[in-house]
Amino acid sequence: MKIMVSLKRVVDYAVKIRVKPDKSGVETQNVKMSMNPFCEIALEEALRIKESGMASEVVAVSMGLKQCVDTLRTGLAMGADRGIHVETDGPLYPLSVAKLLRALVKVEKPGLLILGKQAIDDDCNQTGQMVAGLLNWPQGTFASKVVLDKEKQVVTVDREVDGGLETLCLDLPAVITTDLRLNQPRYATLPNIMKAKSKVIKKYTPQDLNVELKSDIEQVQVTEPPKRKAGVLVSSVDELIDKLKNEAHVI
Amino acid sequence: MAAFRAFRKRIVPSFKSRIFASSFNSRSISTLVLAEHEGGAIKPQSVSAVKAASSLSDENSISLLLAGSGPALHEAAANAASCDPSVSQVLVADSEKFSHHLAEPWARLIHLVQQKGGYSHVITASGSFGKNILPRAAALLDVSPITDVIEISDSHLFVRPIYAGNALCTVRYTGAGPCLLSIRSTSFPVSPIWADSKSNEAPISQVDLSTFGEDSVGKSRYVKHTSQDTERPDLGNARVVVTGGRALKSAENFKMIEKLAEKLGAAVGATRAAVDAGYVPNELQVGQTGKIVAPELYLAFGVSGAIQHLAGMRDSKYIVAVNKDADAPIFQVADYGLVGDIFEVIPELLEKLPEKK
Repeated sequence: MKIMVSLKRVVDYAVKIRVKPDKSGVETQNVKMSMNPFCEIALEEALRIKESGMASEVVAVSMGLKQCVDTLRTGLAMGADRGIHVETDGPLYPLSVAKLLRALVKVEKPGLLILGKQAIDDDCNQTGQMVAGLLNWPQGTFASKVVLDKEKQVVTVDREVDGGLETLCLDLPAVITTDLRLNQPRYATLPNIMKAKSKVIKKYTPQDLNVELKSDIEQVQVTEPPKRKAGVLVSSVDELIDKLKNEAHVI
Repeated sequence: MAAFRAFRKRIVPSFKSRIFASSFNSRSISTLVLAEHEGGAIKPQSVSAVKAASSLSDENSISLLLAGSGPALHEAAANAASCDPSVSQVLVADSEKFSHHLAEPWARLIHLVQQKGGYSHVITASGSFGKNILPRAAALLDVSPITDVIEISDSHLFVRPIYAGNALCTVRYTGAGPCLLSIRSTSFPVSPIWADSKSNEAPISQVDLSTFGEDSVGKSRYVKHTSQDTERPDLGNARVVVTGGRALKSAENFKMIEKLAEKLGAAVGATRAAVDAGYVPNELQVGQTGKIVAPELYLAFGVSGAIQHLAGMRDSKYIVAVNKDADAPIFQVADYGLVGDIFEVIPELLEKLPEKK
C-alpha cells in the first residue's frame, strides 16, 4: 500500500508575523518559511506506518510556488520516498488544493492520504475533510492515534474532540488529518539531507491534472487585531485581589 | 495625479463592493443552522450559531437542523424550537446513521437538505463537530467554506482570524452556491436566560430521508468515546478560566490550579507544555490547536505566553498573569501582572480570595 502525504510551506511557527501596511496580506518576503508543523506530524506517521511494514511507499506532495520544492526536500530528507510538486503562481484556497489532491490520488492510487489538521497560516482546517468528501472516502480528522489493520483493510483512529477522545474505525482507502499529539516528528539527519537531493520530485501543473483553479472567495483585506490597552503590574496579591474586585469587578 | 489615483483606488473597490452587496441583498436570505445536541438540549454554541445567523440580515428565515436518534433527539428538537425567537423552523433527521455525529452521513444530510431548501447560508459553530462536517459538506456542494468567523459585516462579507489570531482577514464570498460558515461561538455570545424563554415555538418537521445517498455512509463506524468526567464549568463557556503552564512542574502541583478554580467557580485550562508533560488531559489545552476561550477573567499561572497560546485567550475581557519572569510575553497582553513565584502566590490567593458567590 502506498501512503500519500500532503505538505504545506508556511511562515515558520516561531516568526512574529507582520501585516503589510497596504493591508493586502502578511509580509512573507525575507521571512523564514518551514513545513507546517501538522504536516511534519502527518509525514512522521506515514513513515512510521511504512517502517512497521504496513506500507510500501510514502509519496510527499506539495502545491504552490516553486519554493515548495524546499519543503518537499525536507520531507524527502525525513524519509519520504519521492515527491510531487504541483506548481501554481497565485494563492491556493483549500477547495482547489482538495481538487488537485483528488486528481493526484487518481494517478497515484494511495491506500491512505494523510494531512495535517490545519495550516498555521490560514488556520482553515478544511482541506482533509474536503478531499475526503470529493473522493467519497471516510475521514478520520484530528487524529491522536492511528492503528492500521492491513488484513481487514481498516484503520482505527482516535480523534481529539471537544469532550475528550472518540474512536472510529474506517474502511480503507481513507483520509486522516493529524493532531499535535499523534507523534513527535523526527529530525532530518545530514546524510539523509544529502540522500534527499537525489530523490525524484515530479512536477505537474494544474492543467496537467485537468483542475481549473477558480475561487469563490476573495480576500478583501488583512488587518492587525485590535491592540489591548496596556496593563499594569501589581506588587502584591492583596493589590491584585483589590484590582479584580474594585476596578475590574470580576470577582 | 498620484494622489488622484490613490483616491480612485480607495473609492472604486468600495463602490464595487456596494453594488455586489446590494445584488446579494436583493436575494432573500435563508439560513440553515447545523445544531449539536446532548442530553435532550441543544448546546450553547449552537445557540451562538443561531445568534450569528440572525445577524446576517434583518429578514432571515432560520431553520435549525438536528440529527440523531431516540427520544433525546425529539426532546432536543422541542428545546431547539424555543431556544431563540428568530428560529422559524426545526428540521429533524431521525436515523441510526446520525447517532454519532459522523462526518460522512452528516455531510450527505446537509447536501440533501440544502438541495431541498435552497438556503443561502449554512452556519455551524466551529467546535470539533462543525470543523469536521462543514468542509466535507462544502466539497459535496462545490463551494468554499469559511472557518471560524468572528464578525459578520454583511451577508457575504466576514472577518476571520489568521496566523493564530495575529492578523484578521476580511473575506468576501462571491460564489453562486450557498455560503457555508463556521462561527467562533465566543464572538457571538448568548445571554444565559435563553433556556427559559418560551416566547416562541417554531414548528418541527421531519427530514424526508428516502433519497438519502448511501455511498460513503457505512465506511466509517463509531467505536467509542472517552470523556473526562468533570464537575467544573465547561472550558469553552466558563466566565472565569484558571490556566497553568509548565512552571507547575507536576500533575500533583497542578491540583493547586484546580483548587483555585474551584474557589472561583472557574474552568481549568492548560498550556500545551502542561498537557505534553502529562499534568492534565489534552482537552484542557487552550490555544491555536486547543480550545479558544474568551471569558470575563483569564488567570494564567506560570504561562510564558507563546503565540500559539495567546491565540486561544487573547479575546478574554481581563487577563491576569503571574510569572517569575518579568520579561515573559504574557505580560504584554495582561491587564494585571504580578511578577512572583506561583508557589507562593497561589496559596496566598487561595487564602485571601473571597468565597465564590
